[in-house]
Amino acid sequence: MLINLFNTVRAYGVPVSLKEFLDLLKALEKQLVFADWNDFYFLSRTILVKDEKYFDKFDRAFDVYFRGIENMDDVLKMIIPEDWIRKEFEKNLTAEDLKKIQDLGGLEKLMEEFKKRLEEQEKEHHGGNKWIGTAGTSPFGNSGNHPNGIRVGGKSNKGMAAKVWEERNYENLDDSLQLGTRNIKIALRKLRKMARKGENFEFNLDNTIKSTAKNAGYLELEYVREKLNDINLIVFFDVGGSMDPFVKMCEELFSAAKSEFKNLEYYYFHNCIYESVWKDNFRRNENRVLTQSILNKFSPNHKILIIGDASMAPYELTNAGGSIEHWNKESGEHWLKKIHSYFHKTVWLNPVHEDHWDYTSTIKMINALMDEKMYPLTISGISGAVNHLSKRH
Amino acid sequence: MRFQGTKSYIATEDLKLAVDASLSLEKPLLVKGEPGTGKTMLALEVAESLGMRLIEWHIKSTTKASQGLYEYDAVSRLRDSQLGDKKVEDIANYINKGKLWDAFTADEQVVLLVDEIDKADIEFPNDLLQELDRMEFYCYELDQTIKAKNRPLVIITSNNEKDLPDAFLRRCFFHHIAFPDRDVLEKIISVHIPKIKKKLLKDAMDIFFDIRKVPGLKKKPSTSELIDWLKLIVSDDIAQEVIASKNSNLVPPLYGALLKNEQDVELLQRLAFMTRRESN
Repeated sequence: MLINLFNTVRAYGVPVSLKEFLDLLKALEKQLVFADWNDFYFLSRTILVKDEKYFDKFDRAFDVYFRGIENMDDVLKMIIPEDWIRKEFEKNLTAEDLKKIQDLGGLEKLMEEFKKRLEEQEKEHHGGNKWIGTAGTSPFGNSGNHPNGIRVGGKSNKGMAAKVWEERNYENLDDSLQLGTRNIKIALRKLRKMARKGENFEFNLDNTIKSTAKNAGYLELEYVREKLNDINLIVFFDVGGSMDPFVKMCEELFSAAKSEFKNLEYYYFHNCIYESVWKDNFRRNENRVLTQSILNKFSPNHKILIIGDASMAPYELTNAGGSIEHWNKESGEHWLKKIHSYFHKTVWLNPVHEDHWDYTSTIKMINALMDEKMYPLTISGISGAVNHLSKRH
Repeated sequence: MRFQGTKSYIATEDLKLAVDASLSLEKPLLVKGEPGTGKTMLALEVAESLGMRLIEWHIKSTTKASQGLYEYDAVSRLRDSQLGDKKVEDIANYINKGKLWDAFTADEQVVLLVDEIDKADIEFPNDLLQELDRMEFYCYELDQTIKAKNRPLVIITSNNEKDLPDAFLRRCFFHHIAFPDRDVLEKIISVHIPKIKKKLLKDAMDIFFDIRKVPGLKKKPSTSELIDWLKLIVSDDIAQEVIASKNSNLVPPLYGALLKNEQDVELLQRLAFMTRRESN
């Protein structure tokens, strides 16, 4: 059976479950493809792979499987059912051919010979690019002249040599897409705060009953406003320097947050938040936003999420003029305190592994500034942070 | 029954096979791909070539899964009860059937298109698991199970805006419409604009592929944009020399059809300016 294909594909990291594998077997049973490796490749890809980012992994797995097939018989049986071969034979045979087959020892014998040769060839060529050969006079292979040849692989002109999966067309799709943001989105979902806003769309049964009763039984319809997500989130991202190893993680979180919350404000800072932050990393020197203006602009009900490794020299946090980039009049500590005290809910997400927090003094200091509301940047950490943010008080 | 593509739709081998597989194993087919590669068109063409009726369900960000099944219109029933309408007796009069209901109860097999499933809420696909797997659902108001007479061929399209849940994916077959290579693209164009001159087509394609190669474009032009653009060129009767003489000005004529984003146009103009300066 095709257990080996299943195992190889799984070993290459394509998530395939038994259900899909059974689907593939079912499809083969229904003879959606036969005697065509390319079709078989397309079919198994359609059924087993559910995302184009896995196509490249699948191509590689398929190649390995294709080269290393231990037992050709099984696969052949799967893609060329024996009774089909028999039928095809009988259809094409003339009286003369039948006699030739008799000479060879009958149809059974021919089939056996076929399998034997196939195995031999597999050993000699190992890699099996060419199968039984093409355009020859052997009874096996495609485009042959032998009157009762078995065509193996390729519906006439498809060209077996250039196997589709060897081209690896999907190489650049692999991992270029955001991976696994679904988990993060699910974690962020808890943050949704439903508020009634906008038009009156939803039918309100309770109020309708009340007002109808008041109206002496004459129907009076009541509507309420629809519930919409009304969370206001401000995110501060630490960029550059020591954050570089965590860029991917932060990007995932950011793309998840951006698609989940429409009212998302985000700002960048370097190492620590000082009197100004920026919105555009390319023009960070021209387009600065004053931190004070953020405090003035947004109500304390906004939820604050700060993402950074909180790892810096202590003076960058505690001293005026401690910033490594410019002269800051007030210390970073001052600004962090200001933000934390102004907004009701502030959390810090730290991509550094929780076990290492104790080794960096500024992580401990900032954690203290944040009232111990620092969480690791993991799914469970995000859930914890979100839980804190979504609490009323 | 096999899908072979139609006169106006060029289907690649793997696409045909994917449609065949989902037809014969009765599984939904999830189609992804760059915008403008003909995902929605696929359902239209499959329906046409197999001679089936097409039921379209376009998903919006506010669409709920239950809207695809049915909606109970309590308000009009209450109103009718005030007016003493006889209709009130039967609750079935106030059940508005959804697209899935239509597709399930159709007398013949139909094609059901669930368009842009990723537009809906993140939980939306999970709410449709049973319905698509067993092709049946339960209507509480009527105390009745709606079961598919003929399992429809379900084609679902996604633009990759959101990841779909694994449980949902496991129930679908998947096809990714890759961006066509030059040969396939030429075939597609010859289907849509049969009159186009060979030379013009070649020059236009050169420009098109050059633009696609420009790094940093927000939205690369795709098949549908190319077809629109060529149609414009043909209908405006733009001289071939204008297309061919791209050295003098890299920004192609009628670029509005190809580039939909202001920043992309600006990027292209800047590049054109730079190449001009270099060549001087």
